Amino acid sequence: MIPGRDTQAIDSVASLSPVVSVRDLRVRYPSAATDALDGVGFDLVPGELVGLVGLNGAGKSTLCRCLNGIVPQLVPADVSGSVTVGGMDALRTSVRLMACVVGVVLDEPDAQLSQGTVGEEVALGLESMAVPWSEMVARVDDVLARVGLAGMLERPPLSLSGGEQQRLVLACALALRPPVLVLDEPTSGLDPLSRAAVFDLLADVAARDGTAIIVAEHDVELLAERADRILVLHDGRLVASGTPAAVFGDVSAMRAAGVRVPDVTAVAVTLNGRAGEPLPVTFEGGLRWLAGIR
Amino acid sequence: MSGEGPVLVLRRATYRYPGGVVAVDGVSLDVAAGDVIGIAGANGAGKSTLARLCNGLLRPVTGSIVVDGLDTRRHEVHELARTVGLVFQHPRAQLFARTVAEELAFGPRNLGCSKVEVQGRVARAAARLGLQDVMAVSPFELPAPRRRHVAIASVLTMEPRVLVLDEPTTGQDQDAAAVVADIVRDLRAEGVAVACISHDMRLLAAIADRVVVMAAGRVVAAGTPRSVFADAAMLEAAGLLAPQVTRLGLALPRLRGRPVVLAVEELAEELAAARGSGGEMQ
Repeated sequence: MIPGRDTQAIDSVASLSPVVSVRDLRVRYPSAATDALDGVGFDLVPGELVGLVGLNGAGKSTLCRCLNGIVPQLVPADVSGSVTVGGMDALRTSVRLMACVVGVVLDEPDAQLSQGTVGEEVALGLESMAVPWSEMVARVDDVLARVGLAGMLERPPLSLSGGEQQRLVLACALALRPPVLVLDEPTSGLDPLSRAAVFDLLADVAARDGTAIIVAEHDVELLAERADRILVLHDGRLVASGTPAAVFGDVSAMRAAGVRVPDVTAVAVTLNGRAGEPLPVTFEGGLRWLAGIR
Repeated sequence: MSGEGPVLVLRRATYRYPGGVVAVDGVSLDVAAGDVIGIAGANGAGKSTLARLCNGLLRPVTGSIVVDGLDTRRHEVHELARTVGLVFQHPRAQLFARTVAEELAFGPRNLGCSKVEVQGRVARAAARLGLQDVMAVSPFELPAPRRRHVAIASVLTMEPRVLVLDEPTTGQDQDAAAVVADIVRDLRAEGVAVACISHDMRLLAAIADRVVVMAAGRVVAAGTPRSVFADAAMLEAAGLLAPQVTRLGLALPRLRGRPVVLAVEELAEELAAARGSGGEMQ
């Protein structure tokens, strides 16, 4: 469905029916004493940017890897429940075919790089999807510019800095224009402004292309500014789901899940928040809130 | 040999990669025993190259780096390893042993420590990072954040006088990052000189005595975290952003003229103090 996908196809995806449906997903790795995921269920609709937070080991990476079938197909695990992505059964459809509907960017980017040059790296997925040459060249140039790697076409991927490699694997995923993007800590090696730039880019891709994006991320200040919705995992369970204001504003629930709240929210709590009024989660919201205290 | 002066001394250190890219350009820096210096900068600013210069993996093309009296141009990496420990940005580049226990024992064994001494050091480092339960596990089977703790522990067993940490909290949740911050504070108290490279400004605000900002291989700012994080224009030009709580403090009109804040509690205190002084409140 992807090669030559035109704008009409994108429009048809951009309806409000879910493009990802996860139902009662349970995952247990061989020899593990507990479930990595324990009855997780949620939907993603086209065009939404969703942040996934939780402690290390809460199940974020497992969830990301279920959305394109890496778990259980390449990483063995006992799995029950269902994962439907772009109309396909992600738990049973080959990872190779799932790549048509879901782009995945994992942490440790160097493990995903294999080609001689940056240009070839981005073109690799497009070639295997039989995108015509002229369109391939245009898409490679376009995505490299969007991630801030224009002019690096001929560089060997492994000669790039860690942050540049991270942006390159993101470019590889974006070039395929999948309806769903899954990113596991895509900004962990980036400086603060590059991190913000990646989230600006993701917000743009979600809004403009109608892509549904789920991104595991520890930077809660950034998520509060840019994400449409936050999912919180704790010990393999989905313990909260809602807008950043609703999720981060529930400070005791976040504390129970081990997730830090944005600085601005923590300051408001320390100042004993005003009863009944929602806590600020963004920088601008925080300035307004703090200007109002007496 | 070390005396009272700084244990890590860089003088106009410059490094050019074969092919011509000048990654570190005339950097001078002193780090004393018990001093924690934070090194910040955009991707590609030269921070990791600087780290490799400090332990002798790379040698300056001009200028010098002296670690506890040893000039890195005249001493081999294995000699320098007695004094300076480097924890790499990517743990996989550093780890190789079949078990965590072997990984931790490798360094002190190579330093010629007795079996009993090796066991003691391994046990202490494992306890510091909470690795007691995974000593028989392969480091490569651990999740990435735990693997990073193993990489830190395997350098701590060398008991270096100078510790260079390259992005020690990447990918770590708040609990795992707090473990790293606590260890840096302990090492500081024990008189270790620590250079911590990080994109995590909250970490640097919490642990650093001084912050050095690099851009295009050069030092563009240096000072206390309060003074460095107060300079928003300089930070932005260097690809950085002060912690949110610091930016809030700087943006609030009623805190104009008050000290720069680095932590949530500090901002709350400043707001309470401004409330107490009354006058300027609306």
